[in-house]
Amino acid sequence: MANPVSDPSRATVQTAAAHPQPRLAVRFPGLVRRLPWLVLAVLALFPLLAPLGGLEYYVGFVRRLLIVAIAAASLNFILGYGGMAALGHAGFVGVGAYTVVALVDAGFSSAWLAWGAALLAAGLCAALIGAVSLRTRGVYFIMITLAFAQMLYYLAVSLRTYGGDDGYGLYTPLAMGAWLDGAHPDVFYWVVLGIAALVFAAFGRVAHSRFGYALRGIRDNETRMAALGYPVYRLKLAGFAAAGAVAGLAGGLLASHNAFVSPAIMHWTQSALLLVMVMLGGLGRRWGAPLGVALWLTLEEMLKLYTDYWHWPLGLLLLLVVFRAPQGLAALFERRDGHGGAR
Amino acid sequence: MSDAPLLSCRGLEAGYGASRVLFGLDFDIRVGQVLALMGRNGMGKSTTIKTLVGGLCPQRGEILFDGQAIHGARADHIARLGVAIVPEGRQCFPNLTVREHLVAFADRRNQAAEPWTLGRLYELFPRLAERAGHLGNQLSGGEQQMLAIARALSTNPRLLILDEATEGLAPVIRDEIWRCLAVLKAQGQTTLVVDKYVEKLLPLADHNLILERGRIAWQGSSAELAAQRDLWSRYLGV
Repeated sequence: MANPVSDPSRATVQTAAAHPQPRLAVRFPGLVRRLPWLVLAVLALFPLLAPLGGLEYYVGFVRRLLIVAIAAASLNFILGYGGMAALGHAGFVGVGAYTVVALVDAGFSSAWLAWGAALLAAGLCAALIGAVSLRTRGVYFIMITLAFAQMLYYLAVSLRTYGGDDGYGLYTPLAMGAWLDGAHPDVFYWVVLGIAALVFAAFGRVAHSRFGYALRGIRDNETRMAALGYPVYRLKLAGFAAAGAVAGLAGGLLASHNAFVSPAIMHWTQSALLLVMVMLGGLGRRWGAPLGVALWLTLEEMLKLYTDYWHWPLGLLLLLVVFRAPQGLAALFERRDGHGGAR
Repeated sequence: MSDAPLLSCRGLEAGYGASRVLFGLDFDIRVGQVLALMGRNGMGKSTTIKTLVGGLCPQRGEILFDGQAIHGARADHIARLGVAIVPEGRQCFPNLTVREHLVAFADRRNQAAEPWTLGRLYELFPRLAERAGHLGNQLSGGEQQMLAIARALSTNPRLLILDEATEGLAPVIRDEIWRCLAVLKAQGQTTLVVDKYVEKLLPLADHNLILERGRIAWQGSSAELAAQRDLWSRYLGV
């Protein structure tokens, strides 16, 4: 009798049948592999090419898109990889933004100091909130993260020093050092692009490290992970704090981008919007967050030109994705041929 | 095999709420020994395992691992001391590939003389090497069982616990698992095995315990158990 243990052909056929291969990745594997580099090159050249087509306005738009993608990627890290369905992520974005506001108000003008402080402050805030929230699970975790984010929101509303409900204007661009002109929109664009590239590279690296594997294991079965020797709570807390820190960095960048910060940046609807964009792109997919953000914001921008009721078509798109492509857009670019794939 | 007990249970009592399942278990597992824990369904085998790995807090008694009390300790702490379990039902992670399973849990802390590397694990289970890029839920039951054993070995455990490792597998794959356990025994791996296949356990085990309603009804060597067939029918339903 043939030994099924050493009969690779049989099992491979079973796997292929159970997991049909997405077309893009199979037809153009080389292109899909190089796509991130291609996109990075196009984005790097965009400020130079945009004036040729009269698209200067869109340099700012893409910069905002990149910043939101950083925030969404951090949410994707804890939700997609770690299974932590946080509904208060915009709170950390807000903490980052208000840290920049606080430093500017105190007379500091260095962008790197402000963004670094935004990262640290939001990371610390996420660690404190996570230390309490991560003791709960499921719907209770969703509710407690939402509650903390709303507490941060109302704290920002009550901060009269920083404009309260009216917000705070950052009228002088932050200085980026002797070599970089912080007031030049293209320079700021390239800085944001560089930071985004670093963040995505770091998340990609971490996702394929033992820490990343552990987070994915925790998402599947916390009890089993504990039995295998992993300190589940500490790992989740580390992931949560790291994601919060990156969201804070995005908040700091967003403050500089908008030259204005108001409590609206951390309202719970912003958290929900981040969640929707991540789901649209693909939960737990490396490129899910930027794809979801790019599609959502681009459609929003385009639809606003034609109608005030732009929410409707976006809602329909979301329904379509949920029913027809529940794994998100990134799954289309993914190799799932039984050899791991590029998650 | 060393005379030093790696794991000692003294007066172990455990259960679920008011319902007590284990009634004062006393046993040792010595370094390099293979201990078989047998008994019919519902006699307390899985509860014993669960208590040993920190999944259940004992109501009374003590568990010492290498002289250190581990009763009531957290599961992850016990695992880091060097106790690895191959759980009933395998429980591979559906979102990790075979290779990721083996890399994620790799542990060098236990100072094994010959640590389990990825290469050695693939040598023990060549099939896993062929399926290295497949996700946990893309494997057959036998492959998942091999992965669960390899995953436990990747932590370089001082004590390996297998809970019904051959349950629900095709005979040919069961034989493959038994072959691997024999290889591990030859390499001096201290092992606690829970299984129903008495005839397969006998050549593997150095010592056997039979549980009956939460108590040790009989214990002895494989030669003694093989000679007393009446025990099989009385306690094991064979």
